[in-house]
Amino acid sequence: MTDPRSVGSAALPRLVGARVARREDPRLLTGQGSYVDDHRPARLLYAAFLRSPHAHARIVSIDASAALALSGVTAVLTGEEIARASKPVRAASKTPAVKVTSFPPLALGKVRHVGEAVAMVAAESRYVAEDAAERIVVEYAPLPVVTDMEGALEAASPLVHEEAGTNLLVAREFARGDVDAALASAAVVVRERFRFHRHTAICMENRGCLAEYATGSGTLTLRSSAQCPGIVRDVLSDLLDLPENRIRVVAEDVGGGFGAKASLYPEEIATCVMARRLGRPVKWIGDRREDLLATSHAWDEIIEAELGLDRDGAIVGLRALVTADVGAYSIYPWTAAIEPVQTISFLPGPYRVPTYRGRTRGVATCKTPLGPYRGVGRPPAVFVIEGLMDRAARRLGLDPTEIRLRNFIRDEDFPYKSPSGIVWDRSSFTGSLLRAREALGYDAVRAEQTQARAAGRWLGIGVASYVELTGIGSAIPVSPGMPIATGTEAATIRFDPAGKVTAVFGVASHGQGLETTLAQIVADEVGVPIEDIRVVHGDTALSPYGTGTYASRSLVLAGGAAIMAGRAVREKMLVIAGHLLEADPADLVPADGRLAVRGMPDRSVTVREIARAAYTGAKQLPKGLEPGLEATRFYDPYYGTASNATHVAVVEVDRATCQVSVLRYLVVEDCGRMVNPLIVDGQVHGGVAQGLGAALLEEIVHDDHGQLLSGTLMDYVVPSACEVPWMEVHHLETPSPVTLGGFRGMGEGGTIGAPAAIANAVADALAPLGVEVAELPATPERIFRLVARATR
Amino acid sequence: MMTVRLKVNGVAHEGRCEPRKLLVDFIREDLGLTGTHVGCEHGICGACTIMVNGESARSCIMLAVQADGAELMTVEGLMQDGKLHPLQEAFREHHGLQCGFCTPGMLMTALDFLRTNPSPSDGEIREGISAVLCRCTGYQGIVNAVRAAAATLRGGR
Repeated sequence: MTDPRSVGSAALPRLVGARVARREDPRLLTGQGSYVDDHRPARLLYAAFLRSPHAHARIVSIDASAALALSGVTAVLTGEEIARASKPVRAASKTPAVKVTSFPPLALGKVRHVGEAVAMVAAESRYVAEDAAERIVVEYAPLPVVTDMEGALEAASPLVHEEAGTNLLVAREFARGDVDAALASAAVVVRERFRFHRHTAICMENRGCLAEYATGSGTLTLRSSAQCPGIVRDVLSDLLDLPENRIRVVAEDVGGGFGAKASLYPEEIATCVMARRLGRPVKWIGDRREDLLATSHAWDEIIEAELGLDRDGAIVGLRALVTADVGAYSIYPWTAAIEPVQTISFLPGPYRVPTYRGRTRGVATCKTPLGPYRGVGRPPAVFVIEGLMDRAARRLGLDPTEIRLRNFIRDEDFPYKSPSGIVWDRSSFTGSLLRAREALGYDAVRAEQTQARAAGRWLGIGVASYVELTGIGSAIPVSPGMPIATGTEAATIRFDPAGKVTAVFGVASHGQGLETTLAQIVADEVGVPIEDIRVVHGDTALSPYGTGTYASRSLVLAGGAAIMAGRAVREKMLVIAGHLLEADPADLVPADGRLAVRGMPDRSVTVREIARAAYTGAKQLPKGLEPGLEATRFYDPYYGTASNATHVAVVEVDRATCQVSVLRYLVVEDCGRMVNPLIVDGQVHGGVAQGLGAALLEEIVHDDHGQLLSGTLMDYVVPSACEVPWMEVHHLETPSPVTLGGFRGMGEGGTIGAPAAIANAVADALAPLGVEVAELPATPERIFRLVARATR
Repeated sequence: MMTVRLKVNGVAHEGRCEPRKLLVDFIREDLGLTGTHVGCEHGICGACTIMVNGESARSCIMLAVQADGAELMTVEGLMQDGKLHPLQEAFREHHGLQCGFCTPGMLMTALDFLRTNPSPSDGEIREGISAVLCRCTGYQGIVNAVRAAAATLRGGR
């Protein structure tokens, strides 16, 4: 059999690598998107949730009679009622390092954070549903509130989950070599207590879902603003005791996810239960207050770390203790371990770290559950290691780029096993930093800085290099010990008899442009114009088995599956064409959208003729060849692959207001072979903007009673166009040696590099004052206090 | 219940609703025009921005009854004769959208902005579109798109 790649689509321009305009744009630009809230089936009921005003309280009684008496109200659900229709969510763990706790869809017995759903109303309109929710009378007996993650570990602390017997839900350690001895004999040891505060994703579309239960067929359809329709389908089957083939989860257009929509949420379960109970469609659309209260929060860690180096600036050891405030519940399927364990896993960064001990603790408190958000663990990890590298450079009198170059994992070291066991494949750590220096005009900017300092200005340059693991296959759980397998994705590529292609994927797109990039890959593999390809995703009833989009995996896994399925289909096309042309398939070449016998362009068939023959049956097909022209293939990249980048920020701190302005921002990233540079750039831009928000503006704030103080978009400040600088993005393309197509995932990287680069730039700007930046976001108030302390 | 009569994208509509109904809910639920999105319901994010009597306004902090007698334009009215508006074309060409949720509000804001400032600097574009929050693009593609659309619109095409 001929290698289908060699004939591929040589007659058509290769699309992988091209800046193809997005195929999803025309509908989204004209108001024809299909988000959850755009659907209004007949007999629809609208839901509203009553949420806890207490951070920790026993529920004494719930009286819904006044709510039910209101005209237009159909039903009220409470925790006790829903417990009869759904099991509580238990994010099980295969590792004893994680204590398993229950997460009831509606609070059962007690509430554990402000904003926890206590009761659900279904009514004829959202307005009436909210009226009714206000009329539900809940008697609470307040309990002592746990808000401080370190205090929560003291023996006298009240417990968030009595069943765990402790607030320490996660404890894990990674170690390599004798770090204590290494640090004791190091020429230089830098140490810091870092604080990366609590953040949240703020998708512009709030979470929402719409459930319909068809009593006649016993099938449940859930439309949800979810990143992972497959995961939601699987867990609903278990919780609601419905077979998976009777549950359809649809996530068509989703207004941003960033990881925050990758988890199962209580509202999804409650909406399904309500719809099943009433036999009517029920829709819940969260508002922004609910989003800030009840969509997972992120990061929120204290990291105490020490880095030892020899006289030449080579790292000899790294020792760290990570403490994460994981909030009130262990989120499904990732568990409470995802953030704290990811942080210690990635703390050594792209460096040769001969000795390491990273301990991590995930601590329950009476706050919104912590969940995955763009970067997961790595924005804090990179903030810490890159902050330590700069501190070490200052101590040793080295340039921050020089100390990194001396410590990077070198080209000859790949594949390199990190102290936490991650294997880095061939990457461009050194290359990305050298390119960034050159593109910035590093020496010239340093000279400008010298002049600016002489003029009394606080100008700083910050560098951050990182490596992340993307496209993770079955060998490594995306979150340690998690209860589900996430290592595979599938593609179905199907020709219809007219020669047009439908490509179906289990992943889901919520802004990444997968309808475009996956179509580019399919077009190249099967050799048809992109106009003839329709990509279908985000619907469990249509797709082969898959989980969804998270952990920078979709292009790697679904793209790999597309390559495999595309090649299988192409191979069959050649066999059929060979039969129709009475030629050896190995002698066929593409020509003007046809397949022709080499050297005889008039002996050819069209794709349409091949597809028609495939469905016509015996006379048109070689003896024994199965009719049809479609293939489903599953891809497992096994370990996954590295992506890396170097970010450089140039900032100025205003001496009067302590406000930070980002004057220049430069990224040199390496995501392997790029499918669509337009989309790669867009992912970097968006990621950097979120990292900038994390570094300078955004913070979830609670008071000592666990009340959320940042409950509006006036208090939780995400960057507008005025705060985000022009971003200069450069690409290195080191094809991944371990993935089909050479692709590496790159959806999260911008947010991983930016907080560290900006923090280091602010610290560099204030270096003449001897100020270090150990806490993010670096708000004007925090900088003012640092400066005031230093100059007192 | 109150009667609301208004024009949307040149078409006259009449509906009855409670006085408390938000204009954006009236547009989406009563008129079935779901292109306008709800992002925060407190006037910050700008996803719900539409044109009211020729000027951009946030439809999540207006009541439907306040729009009685008004002429509205929503994202559905931007395309003319089956062709994308130059702003829409530019957003596509310059990757000015990803998830698409802020996009209708961003387009209406940019439309109003270019009406008042047809030759903006990049700084002015950033200030003009800062009325709408986008979480996906980092605004770079949007700034590029608005700059390109301004040039096209000045050229009278």
